Order: sequence, then structure tokens, then C-alpha cells
Amino acid sequence: MKPSKFKYLKPSSVEEALTYLEEYGDDCKIISGGQSLIPVLNMRLSTPEFLIDVSGIKELNYIREEDGYIAIGALTRHVEVENSQLIKEKCPLLIDAIKWVGHKQIRNRGTIGGSIAHGDPSAELPCVLTTLRGEIVIASVDEEEVVGPEDFFLTYLLTALQTNQLVKEVRFPIMTQGERVGHSFVEVARRHGDFGLAIAAAVIGLDNQGLIQKAQLAVGGVNPVPLVVEEAEELLIGKKVSEALLKEVAELTSDCVDPEGDLHGSADYRRELIGTLLKRAIEEATARAWEGEEKVG
Amino acid sequence: MDKVKISLIVNGEKVERDIEPRLLLTDFLREELFLTGTHVGCEHGVCGACTILLNGEAVRGCLMLAVQADGATIETVESLVGEDGQLNPLQQAFTDCHSLQCGFCTPGFLMTLTQFTKENPNPSEEEIREAISGNLCRCTGYANIVKAVKQVTHQTL
Repeated sequence: MKPSKFKYLKPSSVEEALTYLEEYGDDCKIISGGQSLIPVLNMRLSTPEFLIDVSGIKELNYIREEDGYIAIGALTRHVEVENSQLIKEKCPLLIDAIKWVGHKQIRNRGTIGGSIAHGDPSAELPCVLTTLRGEIVIASVDEEEVVGPEDFFLTYLLTALQTNQLVKEVRFPIMTQGERVGHSFVEVARRHGDFGLAIAAAVIGLDNQGLIQKAQLAVGGVNPVPLVVEEAEELLIGKKVSEALLKEVAELTSDCVDPEGDLHGSADYRRELIGTLLKRAIEEATARAWEGEEKVG
Repeated sequence: MDKVKISLIVNGEKVERDIEPRLLLTDFLREELFLTGTHVGCEHGVCGACTILLNGEAVRGCLMLAVQADGATIETVESLVGEDGQLNPLQQAFTDCHSLQCGFCTPGFLMTLTQFTKENPNPSEEEIREAISGNLCRCTGYANIVKAVKQVTHQTL
């Protein structure tokens, strides 16, 4: 349970990190908080020749409002997001979700970029990013590109990130203010802080009559990647939330996922669970939208 | 093996060592500095026995390389006791409330709760339970640990 030998590189700028990646990309791992990578190194599931420690790159630690979204530098820690007044006001779904990320000790070290780059389908942040249709900024020595979660997350723990690329920034769209918009994040884990068995997130916007005019729904932990439940989104538009409608949503959600079973829960259990969770998320988001909670901000 | 020089402050004292970059922070504390109060349990971030304070924040010592602590300020469970050997109020509360049996998990709980009680002088039971959710104890159960936190934050039991 000790990491194997590696050569340690500690760049102090993005440029320097990208130069290292260009040169050693095939044989290296990037580390910052290390909350997912160190267990992997300790168990020697990964034995990189080089370890590039990006934790000293100060320029990638920020939370700021830009044109329509909250830009979070890849090296911003979970705890910094959790305590951010800006995010509380502009992207409250993220605050609700981040409390589910591991435990306090994990959130004190883990970074936003690391969580996204790890690509765990049962993780909270990829699910929130997918729900809100956020973006990921990735860079190499030659170019910088912006990709959506649907193109970034490929399958279990595998992303589109090339060996010479680094996640620089994660962009969460600002949730509509001043309208009847509500959100909800629900998760079931064996114990608080454990990996989620299934997670669901919803953002619901209502018109004056209480008819749904906006629906963003996504689920995690039940597919190889976080999944937008498009059918359910379309089904909800123009309708009023009712028990019958939610039942229909739950059923079609269970039908469109393909969970794996393990020690903690069978595939059938997870399939059933995710329908129920998304139903609960929609109910809560709708109730909050109707109360206009988001307007307070 | 190329060694790397690190310089940090541990329990108020400046420490400099040449270490292998793959050395975990827990092993550095135990084997280089002989601070064996920090326990090594699962070594993959589940049990919390290795919890220490890094720049005042509770973190898992096993999920961090010692080289990443270069320039940092670290406190381990050895920092809690007074110069005369007097237990600090949190430690005393653990003793009073029988919050430990075998004691293996205790250093991790104490360090987690050191940050927690500093930031939350008047926590609810739910907040206390949430705070210790990242630490495993296999002997006493958690009720007596919760009780100790209530004692140290001067709440009625």
C-alpha cells in the first residue's frame, strides 16, 4: 500500500505544466488534491513514471462570474466552492451537490478539476455539470478548447482528455434568477459521504399558472456517464406536475438507464431507485420554484 | 532515487528533510519525525485514522504526499497536549465520556474535531454526527464521541 517510484515534477505555471505534459504525457499522471489518485497509487493500480504536481499553480484557483456562467479554476478546492457566496447566489444546485462529495477532510483537499477529470459516473460534480449543460476548458501547449460534458465523459473513469491536455476551468451556467425557478439534488448512499448508489438533479422553471416551461434533468451512478434524461425533460414541458406525470417520468427514467450491480446494490435496485430519486428531485425543485426561493438568492 | 528537500512546520517546529517523493505524509510523520500518534489505518482515505491539520484544516494524511506539504504548517495529535502533560479540553472530554476503547481511531477523531469545534462553537447533534462521518470507530460506537463534543462545547448532555 505504498506508491511505486516516480519522478516528481512541480510546475508553477500552466505553461510549464503543459510543456511537461507534452513531453511526458504518456507516462505521467497529474496530481493536485490527490483524493482519488493517491488511493490508486497506493494500491499500485497506476504506476506512472512521472507525477506532475499542479497544486502550486496559483492562477488556476478562482471562482468568478463571467458572461452567463460561473467560471471555476480547475485547482479550486471543494471547500472553497462550498463556502462561496457567489455560487450560493448564482448556482445553488452546485452548493447542494457539493455537500455530498466525500467528507469534510476530502473536500478540504479535493479539487473541482480533479473531480471532473477523474470522470467517475457516480460523482456529484459531473452530474451537476451535465444537468446545467456546463462546459469544460481543456488546454494543451498548442490550443485551448471548450467541450460539453456529453463529449467529455466517455465511460467509467475515462474522459476525452488527451495525454497532453489539462483541465483548466469548469463553467457552470448561472441558474435563471428572478423567475419561478427551483432546483434539487438528491442522492442515496449507504452512509453519508460514501459513493452514491444513484444521484439525480433537477432544475424546474414554472410560468405564472404553474406550468413547467423549463426542465433540466440528469442522473448519475446508473450509467457509464452522467445522463441527461431528455425524454423526461420533453415530457414535462407545458404540463403541471401531478402524481401521474411523475410516475411516468420515473418509469421512463428507469427504462433509459443501464446500471451495474455490485456489493452495495443490485442493478435492478439501482434502476428502480433512480426513477424514484428523479421523481423526488422534480417534486422538490417544483415546490421551490413555486415558493420562489431562488429569487431571494 | 532522487530525493527532494522539503521544509515545513510541524507542531510549531521547523523541520527540513530530504525525502523520496513517493513518501506519504503519514509515513513521513511517523518514520522520519517519529510522531507515531498519527495512525495508519486503511491507507486509501476511508477510515480517517490518519487525519491531521494542514494549515488548520483537517485532511487525510494518507491521501497526500509528504512532498506536497512543503511549506505547509502541520499539526498532529501530539500538538494537543499541554507542556505539562495536561490533556486539552477535547481530550479530557474524550476521557470523561469514555469516547475511546482501543484508541486506534482516536487521533483522527481528535484532529477532525479540533477543526470542527473551533469553527462550530455551538453545534447541533446532527452537525456533530456529520462532522465525524469521515472517521471510523469500531469499538465504542459514536454515541460517546458525540457526548464528548457536547461536553467540550458546554452543552447539556
